[in-house]
Amino acid sequence: MERGMKKAQVVIVGGGPAGLCAAIEAAGAGARVVIIDENNSPGGQLFKQIHKFFGSFEHKAGMRGCTIGARLLEETKSLGVEVILNAPVYGLFKHEGGMVVSYAQDGREKAILGEKLILATGAGENALAFPGGTLPGVMGAGCAQTMINVNRVLPGKRIVMVGSGNVGLIVAYQLLQAGARVLALIEAAPYIGGYGVHASKIRRAGTPILVGHTITRAIGKAQVESVEITGLDENFQALAGTARVLEADTVCVAVGLSPLTELAWMAGCDFTWIPQLGGHIPIHNENMETTIAGVYAAGDITGSEEASTAMEEGRLAGIAAAEALGLAAGRTKEMKLEIWARMNALRTGPFGQRRFEAKTQLLGSARKAAQ
Amino acid sequence: MRVIHHPILPDAPVPDCTIYYDGKPIPAKSGEPVAAALLAAGVRVFRETAKKRRPRGIYCGIGRCTDCVMIVDGQPNVRTCVTPVRGGMKVQTQKGLGEWKEG
Repeated sequence: MERGMKKAQVVIVGGGPAGLCAAIEAAGAGARVVIIDENNSPGGQLFKQIHKFFGSFEHKAGMRGCTIGARLLEETKSLGVEVILNAPVYGLFKHEGGMVVSYAQDGREKAILGEKLILATGAGENALAFPGGTLPGVMGAGCAQTMINVNRVLPGKRIVMVGSGNVGLIVAYQLLQAGARVLALIEAAPYIGGYGVHASKIRRAGTPILVGHTITRAIGKAQVESVEITGLDENFQALAGTARVLEADTVCVAVGLSPLTELAWMAGCDFTWIPQLGGHIPIHNENMETTIAGVYAAGDITGSEEASTAMEEGRLAGIAAAEALGLAAGRTKEMKLEIWARMNALRTGPFGQRRFEAKTQLLGSARKAAQ
Repeated sequence: MRVIHHPILPDAPVPDCTIYYDGKPIPAKSGEPVAAALLAAGVRVFRETAKKRRPRGIYCGIGRCTDCVMIVDGQPNVRTCVTPVRGGMKVQTQKGLGEWKEG
């Protein structure tokens, strides 16, 4: 190890809801914590979530994502957490006393030794391949959401939203709030994927939700000028005579998220395949610790869910890392049980139940791996 | 188009500087992503692919897909969705892979 290398007791990669909450718990227990984030401001995707969150009072329900983000930042600041920004992490090296985390900043290579490492890298949007899908005007729904809610710019005026999960539904509504027209929200499955309350809002605003429909092409020379959609049969094959063209200038793609797991692979974590959580997931135990001792994972990297669960997982990882450092106070066990109770409450209902089962399967993999 | 008034959010700040898109001045806000200033000015084609000269614009908006790269102040392959605006910046449509300057 280089002499004089920067050191921290807990290094967290990713300053979104999971990373910030992990930092708050670990720093609250007395650890010296450093967060590294590739973006130019912390908060992850919280600041574009201008809708009110669901859940109970403990889950900060009723509060908008952007407000929650601002509170978490205040808390990390008051606890003295160092946040390194504009710094993509590109290397992890096992080292005596922890893990060396290499990152780039201002065009230079830098490194920090973390006794414990928490990976909270989040998830990225899935793409969808269709003719014309590379034309300017086709974009991820998350991209459109950042543009309207954070940068306050409309990425287009006449939108077709593809995908009826919560991202598709919420972003469609937020595009309407920002003044765009959403011509249709289409969904290949025969039913709406997200919450009924979100779907009702956009229907009331006049946007039709067309289930059993898909996009067949985006048409245009230099950018999207119109969009062809078609009805689908029960085998997802195009129904003859149902194709039609919508005069849209923008296609937003909201077809799910995949965990950003590169660093967990690099660390050598064991993985399992759970489609309900977004694909390959690093195996972790009840403490959010992966199969590599001292390396934790929290938030969407362990399966795409919601910010509410990401925050709880982050807290758990932060508490567990502090405990492993010998810093935790007496209430650790109770705190962890309370968090699990809150997470289990979030993973109920017709949507949550599937995630609950998938997460239970993941914890089962951890027990198997530990044997 | 900029979203100044919003039913939930406070009024957005207005442009405070100018950047140059292929030589043409466009209003921008310091610190906003270059891509946002271009979209606000109605510019959606950011580059042309190397082999087939196909147009590309912003796609992921978080610096991962690199579809929005342009030549910024002479440097090619700059991700405009995560590059903050500074007044006076020169932004050019990138044709192909771009050329790196020595040194």
